Amino acid sequence: MAWLDAVVQGILLGGLYALFATGLSLIFGVMRLVNLAHGDFSILAAFLAVVAVRVLALNPLLALMVVVPVMAAGGYGLQRLVLNRLLGRGILPAVLVTFGFSVIIQNGLLQIFSADSQRLNPGGIETASLALGGGLAVGWFSLLTFALAVVLLGALQLLIGRTAVGRAFRATSDDGDTAELMGIDNHRLYGFAMALSLAIVAIAGIVLGIRTTFTFASGPDRLLFAFEAVIIGGLGSLWGTLVGGVILGVAQTVGAKLSPGWGILTGHLVFLAVLLLRPAGLFAKSRRVDSWRPARRGSSAPRVRAVSAPCSGRCCWAG
Amino acid sequence: MLGALLLGGLIALPLTGESGLMRMVVELIALLVLAQMWNLLAGYAGLVSIGQQAFLGLGGYALIVLADDLGVNAFLAVPLAGIVAAVFALLTAAIVFRFRGGYFAVGTWAVAEVYRLLVANTPALGRGTGRTLKAVFPLARETRELVTYGLALAIGVVAMAAVYFYLRSRQGVGLMAVRDSEPASESLGVDVYFTKLRVYLIAAFGTGVTGALIYLNLLRISPDAAFSINWTAYTIFIVVIGGLGTVEGPIVGTLVFFVLRELLADYGAWYMILLGVLAVVAMMRYPQGLWGLIGERWDVHVFPVRRRVRLSGPDEAANR
Repeated sequence: MAWLDAVVQGILLGGLYALFATGLSLIFGVMRLVNLAHGDFSILAAFLAVVAVRVLALNPLLALMVVVPVMAAGGYGLQRLVLNRLLGRGILPAVLVTFGFSVIIQNGLLQIFSADSQRLNPGGIETASLALGGGLAVGWFSLLTFALAVVLLGALQLLIGRTAVGRAFRATSDDGDTAELMGIDNHRLYGFAMALSLAIVAIAGIVLGIRTTFTFASGPDRLLFAFEAVIIGGLGSLWGTLVGGVILGVAQTVGAKLSPGWGILTGHLVFLAVLLLRPAGLFAKSRRVDSWRPARRGSSAPRVRAVSAPCSGRCCWAG
Repeated sequence: MLGALLLGGLIALPLTGESGLMRMVVELIALLVLAQMWNLLAGYAGLVSIGQQAFLGLGGYALIVLADDLGVNAFLAVPLAGIVAAVFALLTAAIVFRFRGGYFAVGTWAVAEVYRLLVANTPALGRGTGRTLKAVFPLARETRELVTYGLALAIGVVAMAAVYFYLRSRQGVGLMAVRDSEPASESLGVDVYFTKLRVYLIAAFGTGVTGALIYLNLLRISPDAAFSINWTAYTIFIVVIGGLGTVEGPIVGTLVFFVLRELLADYGAWYMILLGVLAVVAMMRYPQGLWGLIGERWDVHVFPVRRRVRLSGPDEAANR
C-alpha cells in the first residue's frame, strides 16, 4: 500500500512538473531559446508572493492575481529589451545571458531574503486530504494542482491550435523569416511567448511554494526537472510533457521510498534511461509546436514533416 | 618578455615565505586553467557546457581515492585525476552529445547533478559530508605548500602552452571551422564528431587536473562544494568578461574576477550579482569582452591563434 501511495503521489507531483516544463518547452518551440533562468523565475515568483502576502495581507492563492501579471509583464520586457537583441547571433549569447540572469536572481534573493527557507500558507487547504479507502489518501491541494495542470495544458492547446496568436506562433516556429514577410511582428510575438512562459512558471512557482519550503537556491532543480519532463515526453509534444512530468514524479517518489537520499537521483537516472533507449522521447511527433494543434477532421495528412529519429546523425535540437 | 618577468616573479614568490599569498596564487592559477578549458569548449568548439563542475568534482575525488585508498603519491595523483575525469567524460559524452545548443547546456548540468548525487550517496566517498586528504599529513606544512605551489605553476604554464599550440595546430583550425559552420567543415573533410569529442575530453582532463589541484590546496572535499555550479559560474563570468574565444581573455577575466572579489569581500553576494550584470552587459554590448576592446584599440595579440590572410602580388608569389 505504501508503494501504491508513492505512485499516486508521484503522478500528482507530475502535474506540477508539467507546469514547469510547459513554459520551457513553449519558448523553445517558438524561438529555439533555452531559458536557463526558468527555474529561478519560478522561485522569484514565489518570493514575490511571499511579499504580496506580507504587504497586502493576501491569501497566497489570491497573490497569484498580482504576481502572475507582474511576471508576465516582466517576461515581455525581458524579451523585448534584452533577449530580442541577441537574436541572429547563434545560441551562445542567449544561453549565457539567461545563465547570467539565473545567478543574478539567486544572489539577489539571497541578499534580500537571506538563506532562510520560506513557505506560502494558504490556510488549511494544503493539509486537507481526501481518503480514497484502503488507507490511501491524497491531498486536495495535490489534486487541484494536477487538475490545474490539465486545464492549463488544454487551454494552451486551444490557444495554439485555434487562435490567431497561436497560428502566428506556429508560423514563426516553422519559418521566422517567412512569417515576418507575411506581416507577423516576430519581436512582439517573442515578447508575448516569454510573457506567457513566465506567467505559467509563476503559477508553478507559487504552487510549489504552497506544497513545500523553498530557498533562493531552489531554482536550478526546477529547471532540470522541467527539462527532463520535456525530454522524456518528447520535444514539441504538449501532452507528452504531462506524461514526462508524471514519469519523473513517480520515479522521484518511488525512489525516495527506496531510500531517502535516492528520490531526485532516481528521477535523473530514469531520465537518462529514457534518453538512451528512446532518444526522441516517448511521444515526439515533431520538434515543432505545430504538432500541438488539435487534429482536424478532413485533414488526415500530417501537416508538418515528422522527425522520426531525431538523433541519428545530425540532431534535431540544432537551433 | 613581460610573461617571462611575471613567471620569474611567480617562481621567486615562495622566497617571501608568505603562505597566504601562495595559496591565493594557486587559486588564481586554478581559476585561470578552468577558464581556459571552458573557453576551449564554448569559445572555440561552440559547446556551451554548464556542467564542467562534474569533472572538477570527479578530479578532486579521484585525488583522494588515488592518494588515500590506493597509496599513489598525492602529487603524482593530480595528473592521474585528470585521466580519471577524461574517462568519465567519454561516458558523459555518450549522453550529452545527443543534445544541441541550449539543451546541451542543460543536459551537461543535469549529468553533473547525477555525479554529485551519486557521490553523495556513496558511503566509501564519505556521503554528503565528504572526505579529507590524509596522505599529505606526514609532510611538513611548508614542504606541502611549496610542492603544491610548484605543481600549480607547472599546471598553469603547461595548460597555457597546450591551449596555445593546440589552437595553432591543424586540429585547432578544424575546431574553429566546426564552430563557425558544421556542414561546411564536414564537407571540407573535418570529422565534426571527433573534433568535438577530442576537445571535450581535453577540457575534462584539464578541469579534472585543476579539481585535484584545488583539493590538494584545500585538503577537505564535499560533494556540494566540489560539484557546485558556482565553479562553472565563476568560469563563465571570467571568460565572458575577459573575452570569449581568445587565449588572452581568460587571463584578463581572472584578474578582474580576483580584484572584484577582494574589493567586494565585505558585501556578501553582491560581487556575484555585479559579475553577473557585467557578464550580461558584455554579452550584449561587447561580445569580444575586455580583451576584445583592448585588442581592437591597439591591435595587440599576445597569443595570436587566428590566421590572417596575407594577399601577395603575383611576382612575390612567383619568387617563392
